Amino acid sequence: MTRNAREVDVLIVGGGPAGLAAGAELAAARAGRVEILEREREAGGIPRHCHHGGFGGRLDRSAYAWASAAGSAYARKGTSGPVYARRSVAAALDAGAALRTGVTVTGWAGPRTVETSGPAGLERITARAVVLATGARERPRSARLIPGTRPPGVYTTGELQQAVHLYGQRIGTRAVVVGDEPVGHAAAATLRAAGVEIVAMVTGRPSPPFRLRSPRTPLLTGATVTGLTGRTRLSGVELRHDDGRATTLRCDTVVLTGDFVPDHELARRGGLVLDPGTRGPAYDAAYRTSRPGVFAAGNLLHAVERAGFAAGEGRAVAVPVLHRLAGTDHPAGGGRPLVVDAPLRWIAPNMTGPDGERPHGGRFVLCTAWRLPRPLLLVSQDGRELHRERQLLTAGPGRPLTLGADWVDRVDPDGAAVRITVL
Amino acid sequence: MTVTLTTSGPLPPEKGAEHTYDVTVIGAGVVGAAIARELSRYQLRTALIDAADDIGNGTSKANTAILHTGFDAVPGSLEARLVREGRDLLADYAADTGIPVERVGALLVAWDEDQLAALPLLRDKAVRNGYHASRIIDADELRAREPHLGPGALGALDVPDESIICPWTTPLAFATQAVRAGVHLHLNCRLRDVRSDAGGHTLTTSRGPLRTRYLVNAAGLYADEIDRLLGHDVFTVTPRRGQLIVFDKLARDLVGHILLPVPGPAGKGVLIAPTVFGNVLLGPTAEELDDKTATGSTAEGLHLLREKGRRIVPGLLDEEVTAVYAGLRAATGQEDYRIQEYPALRYVAVGGIRSTGLTASMAIGRHVMELLAATGLDHGEPHPLPPLTMPGLGDASPRPYLSARLIAGDPAYGTLVCHCEQVTLGEIRDALASTIPPNSLDGLRRRTRARGGRCQGFYCGAAVRALFEEARP
Ligand SMILES: Cc1cc2nc3c(=O)[nH]c(=O)nc-3n(C[C@H](O)[C@H](O)[C@H](O)COP(=O)(O)OP(=O)(O)OC[C@H]3O[C@@H](n4cnc5c(N)ncnc54)[C@H](O)[C@@H]3O)c2cc1C
Ligand SMILES: Cc1cc2nc3c(=O)[nH]c(=O)nc-3n(C[C@H](O)[C@H](O)[C@H](O)COP(=O)(O)OP(=O)(O)OC[C@H]3O[C@@H](n4cnc5c(N)ncnc54)[C@H](O)[C@@H]3O)c2cc1C
Repeated sequence: MTRNAREVDVLIVGGGPAGLAAGAELAAARAGRVEILEREREAGGIPRHCHHGGFGGRLDRSAYAWASAAGSAYARKGTSGPVYARRSVAAALDAGAALRTGVTVTGWAGPRTVETSGPAGLERITARAVVLATGARERPRSARLIPGTRPPGVYTTGELQQAVHLYGQRIGTRAVVVGDEPVGHAAAATLRAAGVEIVAMVTGRPSPPFRLRSPRTPLLTGATVTGLTGRTRLSGVELRHDDGRATTLRCDTVVLTGDFVPDHELARRGGLVLDPGTRGPAYDAAYRTSRPGVFAAGNLLHAVERAGFAAGEGRAVAVPVLHRLAGTDHPAGGGRPLVVDAPLRWIAPNMTGPDGERPHGGRFVLCTAWRLPRPLLLVSQDGRELHRERQLLTAGPGRPLTLGADWVDRVDPDGAAVRITVL
Repeated sequence: MTVTLTTSGPLPPEKGAEHTYDVTVIGAGVVGAAIARELSRYQLRTALIDAADDIGNGTSKANTAILHTGFDAVPGSLEARLVREGRDLLADYAADTGIPVERVGALLVAWDEDQLAALPLLRDKAVRNGYHASRIIDADELRAREPHLGPGALGALDVPDESIICPWTTPLAFATQAVRAGVHLHLNCRLRDVRSDAGGHTLTTSRGPLRTRYLVNAAGLYADEIDRLLGHDVFTVTPRRGQLIVFDKLARDLVGHILLPVPGPAGKGVLIAPTVFGNVLLGPTAEELDDKTATGSTAEGLHLLREKGRRIVPGLLDEEVTAVYAGLRAATGQEDYRIQEYPALRYVAVGGIRSTGLTASMAIGRHVMELLAATGLDHGEPHPLPPLTMPGLGDASPRPYLSARLIAGDPAYGTLVCHCEQVTLGEIRDALASTIPPNSLDGLRRRTRARGGRCQGFYCGAAVRALFEEARP
């Protein structure tokens, strides 16, 4: 026998804010053996290497708490990422969850049985309920199909932050930041901390979606990256401007920020139905995936929300998991998929539940591909209007909108998919 | 076993006859490395030099990684023979040394009546190339075997022996075995000039002079320029760029075989092929250029590939892209290799190894050995090379992270560092301490796959860099 087989009550894959919060909540609720598996040496997830402030606290509830990285007033509220990570770990451990780091879930051996690898060997763990909380990553240069040469000096924010804050590595001297979402400002802050001059922050958008007090970062709007140059080291970022001009910014470092994609490998390998919009597992308001007993939480479901939101989902997933363990959950089925029309990119959750649950916080989250000033949303099924709702704020990429949920009671469980459209 | 591998400073053999190399091979691509390995079987003082900081850092690192049968070669050409022989040699060698190979087979898909009509001709050509196993299959069988193919495929030529191979482990295995058997490897060593005399050649390199009795030019894209240094003007290398897109491993189930287009007037066309790592390749383009360093990708090239790919396997385009790269084929305007011996000069030119050099490499090595002998090199009897086992990077055989036995012996094999490619600390450590260690993060990636997965370093980039810098202060 080369794999050690074990059983637990709840297995949580991923020890980021979502997984740790789920573990804390479930352990506190006496859900039996609650085990969190984290593949990194330290649990905590992305916040481990976000040295800026803006984690947790009251402000965390505003979608833009972490826009703050640029040095605005927000950043001084809430705690820094590493502190937040340590607190999340401590909370899970204090509640009695088992946390095993350096252990990777590598695949499935049954509907709720996973295989793991770690320095202590191979295991096969069967759980009564599984929670996937594997997070999201930024798309790298290749996935963005940015042409040109392949020199060193090309980063994502995740790699940059780890290089600077966890390993103290040398970065470069002049950097371009691609993307002006909050994470772009986090990247800029990290570059500055590493003593790197920021040549420009580049965005394809016509104008910044919101005002940021970051005078130190020159913002180039309406510009698309068309190529990278340099052989032994990056030498420049080629841009095309909206007016047709082509320019090259000289730099030895470029950070590609944002453009998140869920880390859905495990979900897919397990045969869970994916939502075509989010590319995470399809799920309902009770965090149920298409596989009974397999739940999901955090940025795996919607790339990307802030840490507090992911943690909130982690806590919220505990209730349906407890129902599952107690055998008081609704029989599966009956949920209708929710689909969106462009420019909307996705909605989360993206299935209705069998029992009319409302999503976390009472509202659905939607993501749009371009800026929408005070959009009017229409919810319909089979041509029948279920709901319409005017947004009070301007939405945009990286600036999600939300939608009330009372219409879920009017969904026909035998009808077609429910459609959300911008009027 | 004393290994001589240098990357800087003057070259070791200084003055005096005893410090003269018998044979020097210029270029440590897959071809030069295979030649050096062949030479290492004899009692010869051999040097292998390369301008780059690693072996296999030219065209050999950027190809489609297919182990061809040679079914579609030009019958009767030297290339046809060496591909056919090289395939068998390399397939056996790979099995012995653990170079990942998968015999997935190829399907040459016909998308219109003209292409369908060309299939019997291609089958006949295969027969003339000594390949008898290909057969034509109809649209139904094709669909059954490749359910994700786009609409409109009419039939295919089935070539069951076309295989995929690891392009990086292959030259590394050759060079490792050669170096362990006494071949001197000098990296960062660019040949600048050659002065030939009755006794041999004095090479001027970026790292100083080097004296050799015999010379082999396996400089790939630069073989023409080196040939001119020796007074010839018989061929010119025109780089033909091939851009490729590597799709996520989650796309692997979309393709069962190497899906080849029916070759037309515009060349071999764009293919879709699995890789031994479990990714899916789409490419290559074919662009005539005059810049031998133009290994970048272009927006037009990537657009064209995506358009073609959408037709062949539409679902592929929904998958994430893991990598984009480009390689340059050493085209010379002649539909064959240009391998020529010059007895009076004690010199062999190995040029025009265009789009099949990975497959043919071992046969080219043997052929060059014969030519050197014909040129007067007295090489004596060959001795067997000690066996070699390369790290298994392929998807088809179990990797260390899945081996309870390895992990029990050394927990480092259970410590995952690169999560997308499941590369362990043990494998990275081994590569950094190997006979030919990497001199760059890219070199480490080619040896282990670390940072070569879908996140391209988002998760592990800094950790891998730390391990690399720790080992190479
Ligand atoms: C650069 C950057 C800056 C940010 N700044 C802020 C900010 O200032 N404020 C804020 O509120 N939010 C911020 N965020 C967002 C915040 O970090 C995320 O919302 C939060 O981390 C999501 O939590 P999660 O648990 O869903 O995923 P993650 O934090 O990504 O955690 C997922 C965990 O799962 C583990 N894992 C994955 N697969 C496996 C497997 N197969 N086996 C075992 N373990 C596995 C991973 O190692 C990881 O630890 C930022 C994000 C980024 C990328
Ligand atoms: C897009 C593409 C797809 C391909 N697909 C396949 C395939 O599927 N199967 C297959 O079998 N083949 C394929 N090939 C072909 C194969 O990759 C080549 O034939 C093979 O790599 C050539 O090897 P080489 O050693 O001759 O050249 P290279 O790998 O280019 O090696 C030449 C070496 O010489 C060195 N050098 C040059 N000048 C000097 C100098 N002055 N001093 C010192 N060193 C020097 C360079 O640094 C280089 O390392 C493909 C090629 C391309 C471009």
